[in-house]
Amino acid sequence: MSEQGFTHHTGIAAPLDQANVDTDQIIPKQFLTGVTRIGYGKHLFHDWRYLDLKEQEPNPDFSLNKPEHKGASVLLARENFGCGSSREHAPWALADFGFKTVIATSFADIFYGNCINNQLVPVALGSEQMDALFDAVKADPTVAITVDLPAQTVSFNDTSFSFDIAPHHKTNLIKGLDAIGQTLELDSAISAFEDKQPSWL
Amino acid sequence: MAKTLYDKVWQAHIVDQLGEDSLIYIDRHLIHEVTSPQAFAGLNEKGRKVRRPDKTVGTMDHSISTRSLAIDACGPDNALQLHTLAKNCEDHGIQLYPVGHQKQGIVHVMGPELGLIQPGMTVVCGDSHTATHGAFGALAFGIGTSQVEHVLATQTLKQSRAKSMLINVNGKLPVGITAKDIILAIIGKIGHAGATGHVIEYAGEAIRGLTMEERMTVCNMSIEAGAKAGLVAPDDVTFAYLKDREYAPKEQSWDDAVAYWKTLYTEDGASFDTVVELEAADIAPQVTWGTNPGQVIGVNTPVPAPEDFSDPIEIESAKKALSYMGLKAGEKLSDVAVNHVFIGSCTNGRIEDLRAAAHVAKKGKVSSSVTAIVVPGSGAVKRQAEAEGLDKIFEQAGFEWRLPGCSMCLGMNDDKLVSGDRCASTSNRNFEGRQGRGARTHLVSPAMAAAAAINGHFADVRDYQE
Repeated sequence: MSEQGFTHHTGIAAPLDQANVDTDQIIPKQFLTGVTRIGYGKHLFHDWRYLDLKEQEPNPDFSLNKPEHKGASVLLARENFGCGSSREHAPWALADFGFKTVIATSFADIFYGNCINNQLVPVALGSEQMDALFDAVKADPTVAITVDLPAQTVSFNDTSFSFDIAPHHKTNLIKGLDAIGQTLELDSAISAFEDKQPSWL
Repeated sequence: MAKTLYDKVWQAHIVDQLGEDSLIYIDRHLIHEVTSPQAFAGLNEKGRKVRRPDKTVGTMDHSISTRSLAIDACGPDNALQLHTLAKNCEDHGIQLYPVGHQKQGIVHVMGPELGLIQPGMTVVCGDSHTATHGAFGALAFGIGTSQVEHVLATQTLKQSRAKSMLINVNGKLPVGITAKDIILAIIGKIGHAGATGHVIEYAGEAIRGLTMEERMTVCNMSIEAGAKAGLVAPDDVTFAYLKDREYAPKEQSWDDAVAYWKTLYTEDGASFDTVVELEAADIAPQVTWGTNPGQVIGVNTPVPAPEDFSDPIEIESAKKALSYMGLKAGEKLSDVAVNHVFIGSCTNGRIEDLRAAAHVAKKGKVSSSVTAIVVPGSGAVKRQAEAEGLDKIFEQAGFEWRLPGCSMCLGMNDDKLVSGDRCASTSNRNFEGRQGRGARTHLVSPAMAAAAAINGHFADVRDYQE
């Protein structure tokens, strides 16, 4: 888990205008055979991003390959982003590629938690707000999008939207805390709980 | 205030309240080779120990071959992952059931078989289909690798309370309709993200009438409705299944445990955030037509058109799905030819699933245009099937009979499809490329898969009932 904090980020966006983007799409199974957390970015969205299996021929129609979105660090998507498999390789791949934040209409639960644990900031906005973001990027791919986590806002051009995030998620992202280290400090409470467990457990 | 089953299990596991979050104790942690190596590496980097190796159990399932017991049968990367799991389990004193062990199997098949999962437990695994174990009235959910590391180190997780959803499946299940059809029909009704943020409790006459294996099939795909977990309240069916299993309580502990387990039900008057009602009589054999599990229809329903949907997102999804799946609106599923059939997975790789498939398989031969494989979910399922002669029925009908593992459900082994293949699959995900890049997956029940193998296209399995 990263221990580097996130406060705000400004970057250009890559739009992925579809719902139900599953983690099999984000990082297909053939790339899950690693034993480390690094190096997944080159395989991000493999099936959509490359025309060939060896990743030599980029698909020119795919958002991430378009010259105007080169260097994007903000990913835009729609409903239920990150559904399906619990693979944490999905946020590892997105972060390794260079994304700092994913802004979508909604997220699948496990993926959302995995993002929090990897300092990849998941921002959920309303569908009309997402329309406005997609429109802004379509009109001007160089539009700078700022996610301000302490203020809980997404800003671009003259527009600013607020977003919700649970206070503990926000704190963990901002402070980049070692969650395990924090829980280990509660060792006596855990031991006390264990002492009360019934015999069959 | 009247409590739900979820309330009871949740409250019984709160170690500490941390603002809006609770620190929840984890009673059982299942691990496998794909999502654990980075967690152990994280522990090792910080010099941390596994707090409760006795509550942690490992198996090998995702990355293994179902054709060979050789650990390197799927190449050096998979082998490294398997060797890494073996070393981590050895270093930390964790019980592992490796390839070739008689108790090895898909984590969500072998776990219940060994009695590792019991009512009222909290169960986690770095795998989204951990929801399976809710069939026992256990709060069971999939977690990411950072959380695997957290559980290894602390035996706890920080969690927010989920919303609650009650799904009643009313009335008796019609002949020929299976647990797989129930859960696909539910997902079709509420949608692929319909239960996001919720823990589901499945109830009603049709659910009560299910065996434990059938309840596991239903709970398994809770995640395909977006749910955190799915639960069925434990009852005599649950207790009879658990009695005398290896890890189940024995003697006085058994009596004490059963007395506690009998308190695990939703009380009259307890309220849910969302309630969904389905009539069992309305459920037909289900077949997915699209690229998410909510895109599903009865076998005799024509493939829908994008304009049949009202939501613009669903219209776009349908267009994209029809294109990927190579289907036309209005097409009959009985006209859709398949060239692969996969029977197995944590959804449908148990003995009752194989019996149902064999019942159909013995009435014909696998079509000459179809490659069909049957992959038992565990060593125990394989031995039981062979004792009943099911392997012979399958082989005589032209199915391949394999070793236990995840196999073609996710294809991170030597069972995968190629572009353009069309598969009737008893697994749980029909996402683009799930079984191989460009391959098309239709989710069905085991009996429906066997019927598709024989016919070379989808067929109504109710025509095979005596």
